Amino acid sequence: MIPRYQKIIFGLLLAASVVMGVTLWHLRQRAHERLIVGQDSSPTSAPQIAPSEQATLLVANDSDGSMLTQVLSLPLPTDPGARARSVLGKLLDLYAAPDAAHSVSGGAGSVIQVFLLPAASLGPAPAKPKLEASRTVIILSGESSATPPGTQSQQFGPQLAVVNLSGAFAANHPSGIETEMLTVLSICATLHANLPRVTQVRFLVDGTQRATLAGHADLTRTYLAADAMPAEEIRP
Amino acid sequence: MVVSGVAVAPVAGQQAPPAPQARFVVVLDAAHGGDETGGRLADSQFEKTFTLALTMRLRSLLGARGIQVVTTRESDAAVAPERRAEIANHAAAQACLSLHASESGSGIHLFVSSLAPVQPVRFPAWKTAQGASVSRSLKLAGVVNSALLQAGISTTLARTTLPVVDSMSCPAVAVEIAPERSALHETTAGLGDPDYQARVAAALAAALVEWRTEAHQP
Repeated sequence: MIPRYQKIIFGLLLAASVVMGVTLWHLRQRAHERLIVGQDSSPTSAPQIAPSEQATLLVANDSDGSMLTQVLSLPLPTDPGARARSVLGKLLDLYAAPDAAHSVSGGAGSVIQVFLLPAASLGPAPAKPKLEASRTVIILSGESSATPPGTQSQQFGPQLAVVNLSGAFAANHPSGIETEMLTVLSICATLHANLPRVTQVRFLVDGTQRATLAGHADLTRTYLAADAMPAEEIRP
Repeated sequence: MVVSGVAVAPVAGQQAPPAPQARFVVVLDAAHGGDETGGRLADSQFEKTFTLALTMRLRSLLGARGIQVVTTRESDAAVAPERRAEIANHAAAQACLSLHASESGSGIHLFVSSLAPVQPVRFPAWKTAQGASVSRSLKLAGVVNSALLQAGISTTLARTTLPVVDSMSCPAVAVEIAPERSALHETTAGLGDPDYQARVAAALAAALVEWRTEAHQP
């Protein structure tokens, strides 16, 4: 026969265990939610309340190595960095579609951030990309600016866009000179078409410099956005 | 002409011996190798294996036509990009082909350096050495393009930045072989198709023979 006081103690301990378990689960959920919010506080897509505007996308086509202009109506944020990210996100969404002419998986989430910085001068209008530019030092805090903040050059001058892509996007990108160059050039051309002040583009993968996109396209250099426009292509 | 210290005048009516033909060297760069596998192709082989096999086939075809060939690798070994350019520049070649393969796109993709043409200098910068040869590289790409079209292989021609090619001082073209596809995007000849490989190699060899002929013209 179990004494009464032992039954009461057992009941209290059982109740305490259940309460502690529920509390622990609740705290874990809250911590998880906090972590998710902290991981990516920047907008992942354009807010739907933004007015729709026309965005010009330069969409690559693997079959003939061309880029076609596609004009879409998209809700675009006013902040240039978020705007650039939204436009590139839409471009990569098109590439992730099942029937894409230039098939690359990943979609909009592959563009982690786009930083816009005052562009360093590359000298008098080079006809083609200059390798000297690959030595440009990028400091994401903006300390690399040769012009003091707030000056006219910074407000209205040419800009360098630093596109931070996800590692998964680079890892899953098809390998090949043409397909990688088409991705890089269509990103550069789309940025320039929607943000004309963007004259130079650099790439990071997961926040760090990477030699190539998938074994071929050089990601260590600065791309001149104007040179990426389709008019620069050579046709046989 | 001086023979054993005695001056000998050429005999009247005797024809002078033909001038020896200038040395013609081609550099074949099989992209990737070793740990750097390159892309994975549809038939589960790596790009490095395909490019090496094509290089060996092309070397045989060119050797049979009397063209001296220098390769950047002849086994599954990793070769640094700088070393590849170094080999090409030491060979003082008249043509350099960097061979690649991809499952994306259709036909053959030809790439010439996007560097702006510059006047040749005695000591060019390593990363922009191709600048002095870009004009000739474009001509070489045109010859390769014609030969491929004659062989019934579709081509695209573009300019890009490839560190290996940009550091080469010879006329250089990057050749990327992709499967042949119809207008409906159906593969008509895959990279593993021996007939397609043979046609590509034969067309590239014909282009280099044509390039040699043009190079030897006054």
